[in-house]
Amino acid sequence: MGLCLIFLGYVIGFSIYPNGGGIAGLLIAVVIWFVMSLVSYFAGDSILLSMSGAKEITHDIHPQLFNIVEEMKIAANLPFMPRVYIIDDPAPNAFATGTKPGKTSIAVTAGLLSRLNRDELQGVVAHEMSHISNRDVLFVTFAGVLLGSVVLISEVFLRSMFYSSGSSRRYRSGGKGGGQAQLIIIAVAIVFAILAPILARILYFALSRRREYLADASGVRLTRYPEGLASALESISTTDLNLASANKVTAPMYIVNPLKSEGMPLSDLTSTHPPISERIKILRGMSQGVNYLSYQKAFSLVKGQVSTIIPASGRKESEIIPIRKASVEPKKEQSQKKGAREIGDLIRAINKYIFLTCICGLKIKVPPDFNKPKLNCPRCGHELEVPLAELAAITTAVGSVIPKETEQKEKQSNLEPLTYKRQGKGWESFLCSCGKLQQISPMFSGSQVVCNNCERKIEIIN
Amino acid sequence: MGILLVVILLIVVFAVLFVIGVFNSLVGLRNQVKNAWSQIDVQLKRRHDLIPNLVETAKGYMVHERTTLENITKARSTAMGAQSVGDKAKAEGALSGAMSKFFLVVENYPDLKANQNFLAVQEELASTENKIAFSRQNYNDQVLFFNNKIQMFPSNTIAGMFSFKSEEFFGVEGQEEREAPKVKF
Repeated sequence: MGLCLIFLGYVIGFSIYPNGGGIAGLLIAVVIWFVMSLVSYFAGDSILLSMSGAKEITHDIHPQLFNIVEEMKIAANLPFMPRVYIIDDPAPNAFATGTKPGKTSIAVTAGLLSRLNRDELQGVVAHEMSHISNRDVLFVTFAGVLLGSVVLISEVFLRSMFYSSGSSRRYRSGGKGGGQAQLIIIAVAIVFAILAPILARILYFALSRRREYLADASGVRLTRYPEGLASALESISTTDLNLASANKVTAPMYIVNPLKSEGMPLSDLTSTHPPISERIKILRGMSQGVNYLSYQKAFSLVKGQVSTIIPASGRKESEIIPIRKASVEPKKEQSQKKGAREIGDLIRAINKYIFLTCICGLKIKVPPDFNKPKLNCPRCGHELEVPLAELAAITTAVGSVIPKETEQKEKQSNLEPLTYKRQGKGWESFLCSCGKLQQISPMFSGSQVVCNNCERKIEIIN
Repeated sequence: MGILLVVILLIVVFAVLFVIGVFNSLVGLRNQVKNAWSQIDVQLKRRHDLIPNLVETAKGYMVHERTTLENITKARSTAMGAQSVGDKAKAEGALSGAMSKFFLVVENYPDLKANQNFLAVQEELASTENKIAFSRQNYNDQVLFFNNKIQMFPSNTIAGMFSFKSEEFFGVEGQEEREAPKVKF
């Protein structure tokens, strides 16, 4: 592709100024490429992240996702923890970015989180982590920029030829033979300017498809559980939602092509991703452990061709790595509505909302700039206190929730349990020692409740 | 005569460079093994720190399962006292076994399973369990590289010269303990 660009620059330059213009055109093309590469190397990840509307999260907001990323970081033996982002988009997808080893990021959409269970999410994160550890991000960035430069240069050239055809003739150094030669050169330049972007694209997409297979193989090697990624891909493929913030050049960064419904059935040459059904078939066909050799075998079996996906160093690996067992978590099969509600809550948590649970069971979402001390439940009218101090503190709070909570618990669980005697069979309410209102439903049949404010146990006597 | 001297000198220089190169790569690999081991240690310590929280949360609900909880506490203190790689692997395996029994019993306590704190600790434990597995995976990979290097020709001669010793794998004892605690969410 680099050659493509250099040759394009040379031919265009030569067609405009036959005397030394070739070299000048070549230099201009290389400079354009260089500048664009620099920009994307130093700012590419932040541009991509802000373009997709991703928000960085901490452990507190989504402990499971954060933990999984940490697990995969350990498995991939990366020295740095990537930053974790969530994109507010119902289309399930994920991407990794970051050209410098110390500054990488993994972003997943809220739709992905609401659709996948732990094993599946692990598969997806492992795939993204492999993109990082295989340095695919660097490849995509530079190849993408190279493609961009080729497209840019040939577009500019073709347009200038179209609008000002003949303007270059002014500079033609007389003589009949020279003119003819230059005409031929111009023709070649035009043909090449049309062909180069197509050629570059085909190369780019072929390489990116290979990288996807490779990331699948190394991802599975990390989790030792091909079924996780396979079933994640399966449930991702059931949607036809397009990711709002993706385009053709950023597409190879995602785990599945974010532009599914883009016109014609993507022909094999121009699609950035291998067909999902094929990827699933390969993953499920890995019968002899999860090493690269096994993936290669499954790949040849499914594709029915001998092309190699895994570089020779990976295929040498002789150790058979067994597939691990599934964790017991059931598949997430939930209604669209519940999924949407979960996404909403997640996004609100990222935006520092506070959740209050009313005694009627309604979850009330309080925005961070709310400043009244009390509010009424919109369903039952019960008056609730707003923890204003907490709202103010939450913006500055740092650190994990877990140790804080357990500290509190240890204190309170040492106290004697309270007792409450039931009056009858209906709804009953009483106050805990901390002042929190407790509510017992007519269906309640246990012998104990735990105050969800101070963690103190309250025995219920019937 | 002069040419012979130059040739001998060149051979000596290359031999010295080769020894230096192999020696440095061996040291690098040994440090990688050490680093991988400290990664496991961090996760094991995290598990030890989380277990009291888990026991504390579960205590109020599981009045009839005192022995299960005591087993976990006991296994934890044994594991914390273990020193060598082999001892540690064994003690940690026993701890994993005790925890898997605990998580089976939890199924009978729906109140406990609904407790937010318990769920949070459980997610942390499940993830720590995975991290232990993954760092062990990584440690064993590093040990394999290192051991291969010091046992294969020609680097084995240099390893022998500077007395590099093979490292121990972090194995898992017994079939029963091989299974990670099953954690339901």
